[in-house]
Amino acid sequence: MANVLVNAPKTARRGQAVEIKALILHPMETGFRPGADGRILPRNIIELFTATWNGVEVFRIELSPAIAVNPFVSFFAVATESGTIGLRWSGDEGFLVEEQVAIAVE
Amino acid sequence: MTARLVYRRMRVLRVGLALALVFGSTLVLAQGGGDKRRSGYQDMGPALQKMQDDDTANPAMLFVQLGQQGWARPSGAANKACADCHGVAAASMKGVAARYPAIPKGADAPVDLEGRINLCRTENQQAAKLPPESRELLALTAFVALQSRGQPIAPPDDPRLGVFREQGAAIYRLRQGQLNLSCALCHDDNAGKKLAGVTIPEAHPTAYPIYRLEWQALGSLKRRLRNCLVGIRAEPYAADAPEYVMLELFFMDRARGMALEAPGVRP
Repeated sequence: MANVLVNAPKTARRGQAVEIKALILHPMETGFRPGADGRILPRNIIELFTATWNGVEVFRIELSPAIAVNPFVSFFAVATESGTIGLRWSGDEGFLVEEQVAIAVE
Repeated sequence: MTARLVYRRMRVLRVGLALALVFGSTLVLAQGGGDKRRSGYQDMGPALQKMQDDDTANPAMLFVQLGQQGWARPSGAANKACADCHGVAAASMKGVAARYPAIPKGADAPVDLEGRINLCRTENQQAAKLPPESRELLALTAFVALQSRGQPIAPPDDPRLGVFREQGAAIYRLRQGQLNLSCALCHDDNAGKKLAGVTIPEAHPTAYPIYRLEWQALGSLKRRLRNCLVGIRAEPYAADAPEYVMLELFFMDRARGMALEAPGVRP
């Protein structure tokens, strides 16, 4: 079960830059740390975050092992048309979370 | 339950919280009058304060979501969820975190909020205790504590608590560890000054469980106390030792009337 907190405006004016903020629960295990038994813990990070606006990609970041637990992403996108903003996190161990928020553009 | 549904519910929750926050901030302002006590919140930088205030940026709220799911999930041999007895947490759990630790019915020693949750598990749900500092226990505690956000800390007027509170106060003033320091030496005598570049807080338990950036995790007051004990090179008490509850009783009395801000963010 995904644990995500998304903060995006419900409405925007056409041409306005809106800020979209997203927080996700994830251990972001680096792959460099030894565990309690002295063995290296396998890497388990989110590798890629993408955001789409009505299916068109508007933002993408590649995450690295140096990024903290429960990564927080904030970005701006220009509001062009009403629809859905899709957020997608994917990473090691088959991690995949997709979220959608609706936005009305006037 | 999909994450989206949870999110929608959280939006509803947030409107209520916004009101609670307004109430809470007026309370803090009111404290500014004669009350010189400072919550750790007031000693943080503006960035961290914003992080705590924004429920979509406060990582502790991720655990509150988990706790909300745990609240509704049936558990144990009785196959009962918290919600089956307590109903809507926003109503039934309001102010609860502000008055614990307390002595449960039929017992003679106080328990903290985590202890109370575990009592409910063993007695009413007939389930195993949740291990201390486990994600499930912290999440439930955070969810319950959230319902008291903005409420003034109000320890119960149970005369039986007095003796435990005094023991807590004695531990607070007891010099211990290789550094031979007591809690009071830092948190009473030198609060507001710096220790290794960090402002020493006055040790008011206003925001537990906290998401501490140093831990990159949610943690309880017990974990924070263990941290301090290790810091003065004393041996920390065992995870379920009564000393923690005694200390918490003393702290809650010391912070009486201060607004609860749980779940908080701390550096």
